[in-house]
Amino acid sequence: MTAPEKSALAGFRVIELANERIAFAGKLLADMGADVILVEPPGGDPARRYPPFLDDVPGPERSLWWWHYNTSKRGVTLDLERNEDRAQFKELVTTADILLESEPRGRLAALGLDYHDLRAARPELIFVSMTPYGRGGSDAPAVDLTLLAGGGPAWSCGYDDHTLPPVRGGGGQSYHTGCHFAAMSALTALFWRLTSGEGQFIDVSMHQAQNVTTEAASYSWLVAQQTVQRQTGRHAAAVPTGETQMRCQDGRWVNTGVPPRSPADYGAILGWVRELALEADFPEAIFLEMGANLEKPLTYDRIGVDDEATAIFMAGREALALIAANVSAYDYFIGCQRRGVAVGVIYSPEEAFEDEHFKARGFQVAVEHEDLARTFRYPGAPYRLTASPWRISRRAPKLGEHNAELLRQPAKTG
Amino acid sequence: MDGSSGPTPEALTAMPQALAGVRICDFCGQLAGAGATRWLAAFGAEVIRIEDPVRQGRWDILRGIGPFVDERRGIEFGGGYNNHNVEKLGITINLRTERGKELLAEIVRQSDCVTENFAAGVLERLGFGYERLKALRPDIIYVSNCGFGQVGPYAAFKTWGPIVQAVSGLSFASGLPGQPPAGWGYSYMDHTGGYYMAMAILLALIHRKRTGEGQWVDLACTESALTLHGPALLDWSVNGRPTRREGQPHSNRNEWPPMAPHGVYASAGEDAWVAIACRGEADWRRLAAVIDTPWTDDMTFASLAGRLANQDALDAHLSAWTAARDKFEVQRLLREAGVPCSAVQTPQERVDQDPDTEGLWPLVTHTAMGEVRVDGLPARFSATPWTMTRGAPCLGEHNEAVFGRLLGLSPAEVAELQAEGVI
Repeated sequence: MTAPEKSALAGFRVIELANERIAFAGKLLADMGADVILVEPPGGDPARRYPPFLDDVPGPERSLWWWHYNTSKRGVTLDLERNEDRAQFKELVTTADILLESEPRGRLAALGLDYHDLRAARPELIFVSMTPYGRGGSDAPAVDLTLLAGGGPAWSCGYDDHTLPPVRGGGGQSYHTGCHFAAMSALTALFWRLTSGEGQFIDVSMHQAQNVTTEAASYSWLVAQQTVQRQTGRHAAAVPTGETQMRCQDGRWVNTGVPPRSPADYGAILGWVRELALEADFPEAIFLEMGANLEKPLTYDRIGVDDEATAIFMAGREALALIAANVSAYDYFIGCQRRGVAVGVIYSPEEAFEDEHFKARGFQVAVEHEDLARTFRYPGAPYRLTASPWRISRRAPKLGEHNAELLRQPAKTG
Repeated sequence: MDGSSGPTPEALTAMPQALAGVRICDFCGQLAGAGATRWLAAFGAEVIRIEDPVRQGRWDILRGIGPFVDERRGIEFGGGYNNHNVEKLGITINLRTERGKELLAEIVRQSDCVTENFAAGVLERLGFGYERLKALRPDIIYVSNCGFGQVGPYAAFKTWGPIVQAVSGLSFASGLPGQPPAGWGYSYMDHTGGYYMAMAILLALIHRKRTGEGQWVDLACTESALTLHGPALLDWSVNGRPTRREGQPHSNRNEWPPMAPHGVYASAGEDAWVAIACRGEADWRRLAAVIDTPWTDDMTFASLAGRLANQDALDAHLSAWTAARDKFEVQRLLREAGVPCSAVQTPQERVDQDPDTEGLWPLVTHTAMGEVRVDGLPARFSATPWTMTRGAPCLGEHNEAVFGRLLGLSPAEVAELQAEGVI
């Protein structure tokens, strides 16, 4: 067990104004050792009522959504509409290094709690505002779905069949992307403060964050005024490309990412066809043999132009399809990878969570819920800092759990 | 604070840079790595990108592939490469040569971080594993980023963005019922792996600034990805409920919290779509008031439970309404009413016609390509803003400058190294 003082952000304090959009940014900093104090209204943040719930029984302390996004934080309740509580909040801020907020437009200014109001008392404060369209942008209401629709990702995700709608990638990813930028911003400003002693105001637009997280969709337009089109399970492209997803014998899917093109790949695939005794059913095996004897990988400009290159390329794809029809998705994944062919099994999240690789790396971490006298398995570290490690230091806070230790006089709850 | 009026270009150059003085010895390529050091470079870190002169830097496949600004082709014209490597310096070193290894060792001694996203073990085999790096500079920060990490049963497996997304559950969680996985139409995890890598570098820099201690960071892109399913994983580990179950995924709908309507609906025009979500009863009443036709008064839809139970019928009604209207007209009507709504925007609409992306696409100057617009950063810093003016480096573009300034080599010596195939 690593001592907590070794955490990268130990000793830094973060005030987070509870909001579903910004919760993940707080978690990113909290799990790296920052003292994150979550400020909720007395009735609790609405996200406490988000399913799924422990044993499917609703309750403000039973939301697994809440549990996940608020690990390693402490929590207080303050009614910012009340003078006394605002004073308490300002006092807390004078002890803070970073403030994270995603409040409705204008609310903090109306309360006298915006950056201009706070920096006099705390010049070294790093004030991170992350809102759907940024402080200077549109004030339209937004949720994950509409951010991904307007910001670019949805345009690129979906199916070859364009009578089906564009698809939103699951998991609340627009909030994650926004929060990644909020956390990178906070850390960048914190590094600078260690030298300069100065704080600053940072305005993150979630809409813009999606816009620069679309890979070739944005830069194909910026560079060449080309429009990518969505395709099933693979990169949206200006010029259609071949399928990369395949269904295996057990009905489950794999993705090859890109089709094989190297001599080593063709040799390995041929060997596997033989191992499975499928060569008799696969006359194109001769092209695999030719592929294995190539001097260098096939280049895309020859495929579809040069007959031999095209035949080899097609044989590689067809051989993989034949193998896939004869083995399970997992065996296909392992079999390809052990032969040096890049393939991924399409796992559900829980299947990945239970996979031996992630278990061996210690991805599952135990978090104690002493109030329930139970311990649960949580998703673990996104990166492994060996000297100042990631760590969940505690379960999510209950409503007002730390009022007594952090506030002058506990605010009334409920 | 109003973020609408940013500083003028002149004021920008006069402002401090948050990461000035940080030097990164950078082997990062593609997007998963290059995306990380791109952030650092935009805030003033000196990112020295090292490439292989023998293969003309083609390990990074983006060097030579489109989009292209014009008819010119080759390793100096890859649009993606330029996008991901703005503000970096570019040098070449042939690490097959002893002299090349000496040059790298000297650069490592003068760097704060070494960053790479090779397959696991590649840098080690080149003679620059963490132990060696630490011997060269005891407080070095070494950040490696690969698909499955440097240790574990799958460490040797190869990945691309789509494979990371497949194995981590992201592809599965994107799709419609009765259809194959839709997955992600781009390498979401190349971007996001890069964001985690940037955070890891910054965290390690902060730790070193306070303690003097360097470290190695092992980043497995699949693991970063797996953290992006938190509530679903807890629903599994706590309640035993898998996401692989009848009717799932249905990722244009929303379970946590439940919302209805919540979907992507066809609007007038070819392949035109609009996303609409009602967060609660108030949004539903606002939507119904805008639509103002009898079906919205159907008691079936009067409660969230009713709308969830009859979501297919609800979606059919709503689709009929949207199908008769332009997607931006729907967006305007519903936003004015206070209902979350957005057109599914095409790249052109987002980049060229959306006031909310103004200032997001800086124009940089690339030595060979000329002026090109690139992705900017979605954050405005009041004291230390990001800047992007220089395009990605051409192969070895900064050999003379970097070897001269850091290693004290004269232009003649640099030319000789080049002639000998060392750089």
